[in-house]
Amino acid sequence: MIYKRLTTLMLIFTAVFIFSSCGDKKSSGPNISEDAASRVYVPPGKYDEFYSFVSGGFSGQLAVYGLPSGRLFRVIPVFSVDPEKGWGYTEETKPMLMTTHGFIPWDDSHHSELSMTDGVPDGRWIFINGNNTPRIARIDLKTFRTAEIIEIPNSAGNHSSPFTTENSEYVVAGTRFSIPIKEKDVPISSYTEKFNGTVSFVKVDPKSGNMSVAFQIMSPPFDYDLSHAGKNASHDWFFFSCYNTEQAHTLLEVNASQKDKDFIMAVNWKKAEEYVAQGKAKDYSADYYHNTYSDETHSATSEVLKTVKVLDPKDCPGMIYYIPCPKSPHGCDVDPSGEYIVGGGKLATVIPVFSFTKMLKAIEGKQFDGEIGGIPVIKYEAALHGEVQKPGLGPLHTEFDDKGYAYTSMFVSSEVVKWDIKKLEVVDRAPSYYSVGHIMIPGGDSKKPWGKYLVVMNKITKDRFLPTGPELTQSAQLYDITGDKMKLLLDFPTIGEPHYAQGIIADLVSKNSVKIFKIGENKNPYVTKSPNDVKVERKGNEIHVYMTMIRSHFTPDNIEGIKLGDVVYFHVTNLEQDWDIPHGFAVKGLMNSEMLIMPGETQTIKWEPKEVGVYPFYCTDFCSALHQEMQGYIRVSPANANIQISFSTGK
Amino acid sequence: MKISKKSAIMFLTLTALIFGGCKKTEYGIGPVKDEMKLGAIDDNLIAKGKEIFNLKCISCHKFNSRLVGPPLKDVTKRRRPEWIMNQILNPVEMIQQDPVAKELFTQYLIQMTFQDVTHDDARAILEYFRAVDAGKITPAE
Repeated sequence: MIYKRLTTLMLIFTAVFIFSSCGDKKSSGPNISEDAASRVYVPPGKYDEFYSFVSGGFSGQLAVYGLPSGRLFRVIPVFSVDPEKGWGYTEETKPMLMTTHGFIPWDDSHHSELSMTDGVPDGRWIFINGNNTPRIARIDLKTFRTAEIIEIPNSAGNHSSPFTTENSEYVVAGTRFSIPIKEKDVPISSYTEKFNGTVSFVKVDPKSGNMSVAFQIMSPPFDYDLSHAGKNASHDWFFFSCYNTEQAHTLLEVNASQKDKDFIMAVNWKKAEEYVAQGKAKDYSADYYHNTYSDETHSATSEVLKTVKVLDPKDCPGMIYYIPCPKSPHGCDVDPSGEYIVGGGKLATVIPVFSFTKMLKAIEGKQFDGEIGGIPVIKYEAALHGEVQKPGLGPLHTEFDDKGYAYTSMFVSSEVVKWDIKKLEVVDRAPSYYSVGHIMIPGGDSKKPWGKYLVVMNKITKDRFLPTGPELTQSAQLYDITGDKMKLLLDFPTIGEPHYAQGIIADLVSKNSVKIFKIGENKNPYVTKSPNDVKVERKGNEIHVYMTMIRSHFTPDNIEGIKLGDVVYFHVTNLEQDWDIPHGFAVKGLMNSEMLIMPGETQTIKWEPKEVGVYPFYCTDFCSALHQEMQGYIRVSPANANIQISFSTGK
Repeated sequence: MKISKKSAIMFLTLTALIFGGCKKTEYGIGPVKDEMKLGAIDDNLIAKGKEIFNLKCISCHKFNSRLVGPPLKDVTKRRRPEWIMNQILNPVEMIQQDPVAKELFTQYLIQMTFQDVTHDDARAILEYFRAVDAGKITPAE
């Protein structure tokens, strides 16, 4: 009896254990830090230690989060319109989104890259690529606004971009999609003969940051995926991963996965500069837009450029080499010393690590396996430092800490693997929730990583957060990497798809942050610097309202004499000179967006009233105790009315 | 002896309090802590002050009538120059702590804004006020 009872009890216990284990699938994970809450808690009023800049993927924007808290501070509009801030809606910002295809209200932003000085992020600018309609944007970190967007000619799918050299001499742009470049209208089946890839080197002015396409290199029709610049001894070189060396143009998931090895393309950009200086580049005619935003005029201007210099590797010996890399590589990452180049072969069972020293020796000793399109292919073993064996499934992207370790994301096995760069041994692994893509350690692709945190950006969240219908939030996860074991600290939701990120110690950026624009220095052609100067002007059927705003009124706030059929431009200047006092502007029937106007700034919105009536306008950004009183009226009369323009405030 | 020592200390403390308090009320609270010695009205400074006033202050202030803030005519007769300077340079703290500014706030109910003016800018604005109050200049209103 006793024995039977014991057996029954044991059975019950076992059953309870099994059921509770099953129900445990939503646990935080096996390696959560015991003091996680206090490690990510930033007390009210205190600042985070790091800024992180996480691209929004398909949202086309760039989000700014604090680390370790994961708090969202700002979404910087870049390649997509943003009604919240008027980006792409105000007359001043519209030119920023102009391209040879016309005004494009949306793009797909993938990779953020901080500007560098001596191989270390300097906190001046951050670059980001427009993937769909190829462009590179530069964001000024004094204002956290997009300062410049340049279109990349002869390009499609600007993916391996905008990675930068050690002193941001260049940012690069490599084509994911090869396209016909010389003749445009060709059969798709002529892919191998008529299609080409290009990699573009975009010069960055060291003072102003202004970008210009210095030269492009015509390359075989592979898919150029990601890239990173060399460091120290490898300073003169840039490395690009490429897949689809099979040159498939249909069903790539099968046809571009045939070969065991694709390539890492090593480009000696100093050599390329020499060839350009020698006149080896040909001028190709190609229209492309260059849009710049001025903090003096508070407005953007577009110029259309007409030619670009193109180098053909056949004319430029010693400029490019291919290194075989298993298999369909994505990440192409250079360690802090500049000696090791890590390929992240999505379909590979190993992580190959190449040695820059060995690569140079192989080139010197001509250890080649033939050539493709005039580009020598270095023997795999000749450039190889070694392989990390059995790292996991789907190695994708590698970042580095300051202690000689590399961290590689594994998309398929949904984990991050920590390994010793010299010994090529895996020392730790941590699961991600779920399907990790890119990862980020602040400064983790630079010469001096701040090896304290690792941010993991996931493609799928499934059961990690409260559900919100079919579309769920995407997320990033924060790990403590100061010890031997990676420890999970935090999950935090992100905007769009958190595709790729950069991080920097906060002081390098926060100390330069602009608080206001000086009203005395405002050079907008439509600025009104004093309520004495406000006016309403008619030019044919255009009405120009020159208006000022300050807590808590508009000048003028009563306007009459507008007629149906008029197009009204509100040129609104915020006269505040105090930090954090933007004002908003909206008028009933506005068909584009509200405006958000910073202290000392002028912005313009176009309004076309459709009916006779008196329309209220008001401040949309809560500004003061009397924000609700910050309002006015504009009267719209019939087209044939005999009413003169008049305007006033306080009368 | 003991008592007189105590009394002396109390007397000194009270004096300090009274004088300190007086000084605070007259000068207001802000970067201008020492007495300003004003000379004759400087014509060049008036022009500068007028320009800054028209750029940064005129949205809310007239001289002869109330707009958002109080009318400014004779302000240099009502207040000490140090107080005017501090109100321009440190309006938030003034309205929180200075008794006169606090009283004005109960009438006008609107926090005066700091308009990114330097000490020199504020000095020029003060000169413009002095010129208006001396009848040297009459603003168009």
